[in-house]
Amino acid sequence: MTESDPRSDAARPISADPRTEARSTPLSADQVAEIGRRFMERVRWNSELGMKLESLFAGVAEMRVPFDPRFVGDPQSGVLHGGVVTALLDGCSGAAVMSHPTGAAGTSTLDLRIDYMRPAKPGADIVARAECYKATRHVAFVRSVAHDGDIDDPIATAAGAFVLERPRPAAKAAAAKPEDKA
Amino acid sequence: MSAVRPPRPRREPAHVVEARRDAALEALVATVPFAGVLGIHFDRLGDELTARLAFDEKLIGNPVLPALHGGATGAFLEITAQIGLAWTLVWARMEQGGEPAAAIGRGEFPPLPKTIDFTLDYLRSAGPRDAYARAEIRRAGRRYASVAVEAWQEERARPFLSAVGHFLMPSEA
Repeated sequence: MTESDPRSDAARPISADPRTEARSTPLSADQVAEIGRRFMERVRWNSELGMKLESLFAGVAEMRVPFDPRFVGDPQSGVLHGGVVTALLDGCSGAAVMSHPTGAAGTSTLDLRIDYMRPAKPGADIVARAECYKATRHVAFVRSVAHDGDIDDPIATAAGAFVLERPRPAAKAAAAKPEDKA
Repeated sequence: MSAVRPPRPRREPAHVVEARRDAALEALVATVPFAGVLGIHFDRLGDELTARLAFDEKLIGNPVLPALHGGATGAFLEITAQIGLAWTLVWARMEQGGEPAAAIGRGEFPPLPKTIDFTLDYLRSAGPRDAYARAEIRRAGRRYASVAVEAWQEERARPFLSAVGHFLMPSEA
């Protein structure tokens, strides 16, 4: 995992929205690293794809899938299958939700829309960067980008809504004092 | 009983035709290595395909529930849609006969349709068991196609994942 200031390069917002909640970083680096480590270790499918967590800050995750000939979609071109991109964007978005300062106990995908801009370069790793830019009581909203080296020349972008599971005691308190519509 | 009929060309026995179609489908799916990694197979009834995602521990995304990973099931639907579209092209060429059909027989498939966008609607969690999916081609133009896909496990009427996607069709060879 790369260690760098969350407010510098890694926290560059995907959209240039200055209001993004992901800028504030109340979680310590150790806490965030622990979340990431467990996330990769416990989710079999992520490790099956060889996903590596590149960096994780409050609400922002970066993951890489190293090129693997088994994951090719079209052997004529040697390009990784779109499904790999889907899996990476979904997994990376989930990591962004889990690392958000709101403190999710768990998450699952409600909806994910992926736009494919171009095929990945043959033989190239794919890197995803996801940002949980808004977390309501029950729903988290995430933007993500997949690229093969240059984030400004994306392979695909995605937008998703995720279930935000709260720790149990907090859920009871919420029932007494509802704040957010979602 | 009719006495006079123009002579008809001899038709191949049905089982020969069906075996050829099954072989073409298998060869088409084999051109997508990632489908094999996921453990996806296709069952065919006539020209209709049903995709099958064989359960494997590696597909688990939530070990507590346990549930299949949304990325794995999402990829499953994307492959179901893509192969479903490609299959219509392969089917048309086989029906055409002559050189187009012979090319399919040699394993020369048209390039796969490319995904433009894919929207996944996660309806419920998928349990640790086999999953099935079928693609419905809503529009198949020369250049663009729109496909809806649904996946289910025990009950067809209770899908766990629904998706729509747009694809760029290969240029006419």
